[in-house]
Amino acid sequence: MNYYALTMHEALRRLDAGETTSVALTEAILTRIDAVEPSVRAFVNLDREGALRRAEQADVERKTGAAGPLCGIPLAVKDIFCTTTMPTTCGSRMLETFIAPYDATVISKLHQAGAVLLGKLVMDEFAMGSTCEHCAFGVVHNPWKAGYIAGGSSGGSAAAVAADECYASLGSDTGGSIRQPASLCGTVGMKPTYGRVSRYGLVAFASSLDQVGPLTKDVRDCALMMNSISGHDPLDSTSIDRTVPDYTQALVNGLSGLRIGLPREYFGAGLDPEVDAVVRQGIAMLQDAGATIVEVSLPHTEYCVAAYYLIAPAEASSNLARFDGVRYGYRDRSAASLIDMYKQTRSQGFGEEVKRRILIGTYALSAGYYDAYYKKASQVRTLIKQDYARAFADCDLLASPVTPTPAWQIGAKSNDPLAVYLSDILTLSANLAGVPGLSVPCGFNHQGLPIGMQLQAPHFGEELLLHVGYNLEQRVDVAGKKPVIAS
Amino acid sequence: MKITRQEVLHVAGLARLELSEDEVDRMTGQLDAILTYVAKLDELETTDVAVTTHTQEVVNAFREDVVRPSLTRQEALANAPEQNGEAFVVPRVIG
Repeated sequence: MNYYALTMHEALRRLDAGETTSVALTEAILTRIDAVEPSVRAFVNLDREGALRRAEQADVERKTGAAGPLCGIPLAVKDIFCTTTMPTTCGSRMLETFIAPYDATVISKLHQAGAVLLGKLVMDEFAMGSTCEHCAFGVVHNPWKAGYIAGGSSGGSAAAVAADECYASLGSDTGGSIRQPASLCGTVGMKPTYGRVSRYGLVAFASSLDQVGPLTKDVRDCALMMNSISGHDPLDSTSIDRTVPDYTQALVNGLSGLRIGLPREYFGAGLDPEVDAVVRQGIAMLQDAGATIVEVSLPHTEYCVAAYYLIAPAEASSNLARFDGVRYGYRDRSAASLIDMYKQTRSQGFGEEVKRRILIGTYALSAGYYDAYYKKASQVRTLIKQDYARAFADCDLLASPVTPTPAWQIGAKSNDPLAVYLSDILTLSANLAGVPGLSVPCGFNHQGLPIGMQLQAPHFGEELLLHVGYNLEQRVDVAGKKPVIAS
Repeated sequence: MKITRQEVLHVAGLARLELSEDEVDRMTGQLDAILTYVAKLDELETTDVAVTTHTQEVVNAFREDVVRPSLTRQEALANAPEQNGEAFVVPRVIG
């Protein structure tokens, strides 16, 4: 087996056993990137020299006994995390040349853990999108089928892992942006509880919804990544001071005594029959593992898209006000007055989806409309939170599809933003309620496109998600299946 | 119509965006479809429902007001489209 195809924990085992070196792993990954990247197009920025330099260092650290838990593992991250060693574009012309003066906390944590940072991955501009078609620097292709979307907004993070272009990656999830591309690309993806992972140095989209999380080849790798990135950070006042467990301890076989709820609204109209069948097969396997299955209701699910597409754009319109051509980023140099400079800079720097959301958000917050839109949506958010509280009285966690359909063809929904927003219906509620969610590969449709299962738990239920995800992974027949990528 | 062309232009002004004629037309149609859809929330009676702006039961995080290391002026100016070594430079504000 080629080094690039290994899981992260298997690569770590070989490094620990002295069977390979970080330089060998990094070279294998760089060769793999050269072979498949023309088809996948997951990277915005690749730092070959930096990665190899760091790999050499990591090999020395390992010899001298100073190795961190991820020492020598080549990783890549969504281009939304501030990095001092390469640009942070956030998928936007606005930040094409921006070099952050500090590292995001999760980047520092990966460095402390000893990882090798390969580069930055394609994303929808400012994380706004569910397809990775809205990046100023190109469209990611699904490794399982050329010409199909990888999902978004962390589409590059999912595609790079699925295509063995890195051992694991980081993404961010505001309304499904880790779980949805993970599902569409057949990788594991976790959105942790709001506050579990620091957002410091994550370019803000919607601050009350954004959360950082890993995309990995299997559930054990997800647990290992969570061990390294979780925890309180004084630089993020919304991060929560709570002990970080060893998440690998949750990976035990057997689910006896666990009650898994199936939210009936998640299996309703609009669900692709193959997605329904594959996820139900997966649920039957969880039952075989000892879990009890109960039906539950999240009655306000049908309102989550409306609430989300007011709250997220409202927060975004405020967060993105900082891009004004003064302190960093693009500036239109032809403008004579300050106001014209603001307007022309923003109009040329932002892409269409970002402008659309800024307009919705500004409208929802503007005088006379605040109560009808933003306040109303924030009240509905309370009802959605209460739905979860009621459901979790009857079960320990929830199982469902991640997305109503598998990946679709690039361009198929380009002219209908509302249709794309509606495809987020199964992932948005977790962000509105702040609960953690996990996407685990569950099967394939007749075209060979991956289908994931979503697990959702109460706040800080990450161990429960990993426990159940691990049991699913042990039983479904997807492990070891790899996409065949034209090169 | 939930939103008119005129309102789109007004909101674009508030958001410091300048839209082409084409964009105004397209955005007006798309925003109208989106706002028509989100009006679905009116089906719900929410008079006595509290708003949620934060999902966790947390209180404000205070810290001591002490001087700590931060960016140097040079670092802070490094990404500026235009600067003079001391400050950000913008088009003339006062004539």
